[in-house]
Amino acid sequence: MMESLEAQKVISRHRGDAIVVATMTANAEWSQVSTNPGLDLMHTGSMGKASSIGLGLALAQPNKKVIVLDGDGSLLMNLGSLVTIANMAPPNLIHFVFENNVYRTTGGQPIPGAGKLGFMGLARYAGYTNVHEFEDLESLKNNIETVMNQVGPTFVCIKVPPATERSPFPSVSTTKIISRFRAALQRSSH
Amino acid sequence: MTTNSTPLTARRVLDELKKCGITHIIWLPDSEAVFMYEAMISQHELTLVPICREGEAIAIAAGLMLGGKEPVVLHQNTGFFESGDSIRGLALNLRLPLLLLIGYRGWRRDAPMTDSAGIFTEPILDAWGIKHYLVETDQDVPIISRGYREAHESNNPVAILIGKEYA
Repeated sequence: MMESLEAQKVISRHRGDAIVVATMTANAEWSQVSTNPGLDLMHTGSMGKASSIGLGLALAQPNKKVIVLDGDGSLLMNLGSLVTIANMAPPNLIHFVFENNVYRTTGGQPIPGAGKLGFMGLARYAGYTNVHEFEDLESLKNNIETVMNQVGPTFVCIKVPPATERSPFPSVSTTKIISRFRAALQRSSH
Repeated sequence: MTTNSTPLTARRVLDELKKCGITHIIWLPDSEAVFMYEAMISQHELTLVPICREGEAIAIAAGLMLGGKEPVVLHQNTGFFESGDSIRGLALNLRLPLLLLIGYRGWRRDAPMTDSAGIFTEPILDAWGIKHYLVETDQDVPIISRGYREAHESNNPVAILIGKEYA
């Protein structure tokens, strides 16, 4: 396993000008490592819909990469999105899931199926073009360039340890994040 | 429906959506809107996004709108209930001018509503401050453009209730 913050540093180094949609736990850590916060869409409270927001953005902006930083509990709330995404098959979507097997934001209660469930298998049989699973930082580092350059949709399960300390909600309001995002997207599209 | 009106046709609805500049239809089949299926798949101007469950639709629409596109969501009032928290957390909180085309299960003109889906639809739309209009015939179709315009003027979702079941 690897610390999710370390994994996010690796992703950030290879992010380029990709849009990033982050939710729940990933929000707090991504804001520490992001080098392009304007193109970050941090969102909480949409009941696991980061993957669906990412799909919409990937369809709307086919010339831009869209990275989703999802949680395992979040994805379980919206599992059908795996099938919807695979069916629309956006080549520019990279869907990371941080598997810590707990609901970190509520203090570490186990997710249903913890330890039995295989997220990479779910994505594979939903029809994602590429699927990956990384258990240690070295293998993530060695493969990140391939992952980021594959014709998607690409699914990446990152195994991280269970965390029980609650991550803070974003301090910036959602409406501010949205207007900052729209402006940054407009700038980066020209 | 008056004696001079003609039943709602898919072609008229799609033409009206195209007139508004709609780019994507995010949908899940339902009894009221399924009359549009053949017409939707036989055209290429509007991209269809089929979903597995209605709550996905609002989030996909949010992503499309933030990326500069103009989607509509097409599903039944039961799906509207299902997608409730996404409507609250995304469409309403982010002030998205999203057009919701909602199949009005339980709606029968001049007949009492016995299906609770029909009974709860308008009160819930009202509670959330979402304007809504009924479309039953081809003569009603311009209401779709009005709803689209009002959504953009108010930066709020607007619902078009499709009162046509099993046609």
